[in-house]
Amino acid sequence: MKILIIIPALNEELNIGGVIDDLKAYVPEANLLVVNDGSTDSTAEIAYSYRATVINLPFNLGIGAAMQTGYRYAERNGYDIAVQFDGDGQHRADQLQDILNPILKGNADITVGSRFINKGLYDAELPRLIGIRILSRIISIFIGQKITDPTSGFRAVNRKIIEFYSRYYPDDYPEPEALVLLHRAGFRIHEVPTLMRKRLMGNSSITIVKAIYYMIKVILAITIDIIKKVPGR
Amino acid sequence: MELITLFATIINIIIFITVVELTRRNRLKERYSLLWLFSSFVMIWFSVSRESLHLLSRVIGIQYPPSLIFLLGFLFLIIINIHFSTIISELSDQNKTLTQEIALLQETVKSRRGEGGK
Repeated sequence: MKILIIIPALNEELNIGGVIDDLKAYVPEANLLVVNDGSTDSTAEIAYSYRATVINLPFNLGIGAAMQTGYRYAERNGYDIAVQFDGDGQHRADQLQDILNPILKGNADITVGSRFINKGLYDAELPRLIGIRILSRIISIFIGQKITDPTSGFRAVNRKIIEFYSRYYPDDYPEPEALVLLHRAGFRIHEVPTLMRKRLMGNSSITIVKAIYYMIKVILAITIDIIKKVPGR
Repeated sequence: MELITLFATIINIIIFITVVELTRRNRLKERYSLLWLFSSFVMIWFSVSRESLHLLSRVIGIQYPPSLIFLLGFLFLIIINIHFSTIISELSDQNKTLTQEIALLQETVKSRRGEGGK
């Protein structure tokens, strides 16, 4: 089984080295691909020096298009499994085997690491928590399956989804939108309990106004995903 | 001819000629000029022909026929703008794919070179 870990990174020079080291320690058999989404700092140089494969986007394309670049790489280079792993140090390499297992056993087409299956594993700002809660309710209703952490970017997918994503990957709010699209295309989605860290460096301050604005935009995007023509499997 | 219809005719003829001239000089692609040409042609038609203007006004219930010209102009602008939005979406999609392909290619070249150097 060829496994590719795709690490999207935008200005993560403080975190990227630690992320790569962490992954090498826990999953030495996997190949690491850093997709540098137009960073203006030395993210790319550091990733090279830690001996990861690096794809440099000439300018910032946004998280959706950056992730799809990674999936296209996986598709062309014959990978069986691709993992999404944030470059900001939020995800933990010691949790990766749990994400991989259902895929390796063929029990799921995509696994999503959830911070909320076991309560008390994660605490964040209240607006964020409420936003995620509302969003997960809505998505659960839409796809008729309980989803607890729709914005989690800690995921693993099999070859079928790698091919699906290379053809189409949502741009605007890829994590929740992808769940809706994958469900509509008939893929099996599994959530796996996961531990995550709070962001180490940099700020991600979320105010109530921002959270509400984000929610409205995501709900609109998802509503469109529901009526959208889905690309074939 | 009422003053307003004369005014509308002149403006639309200017638009029509401008679009033709831009297309002729290759500063506007034919496929994007068609909607403009069609719109200004229809507008000229209704500006010049009182009968069609009054007939259509009566059919759709407009009391003051010259305002039909403004309504048509407004509708055409909306259609042209939606058309442009689809073109922009298509272009940004192509732009995204091109950017991804360049980045993937660069990586391929770099890794091949690395192998050759060993």
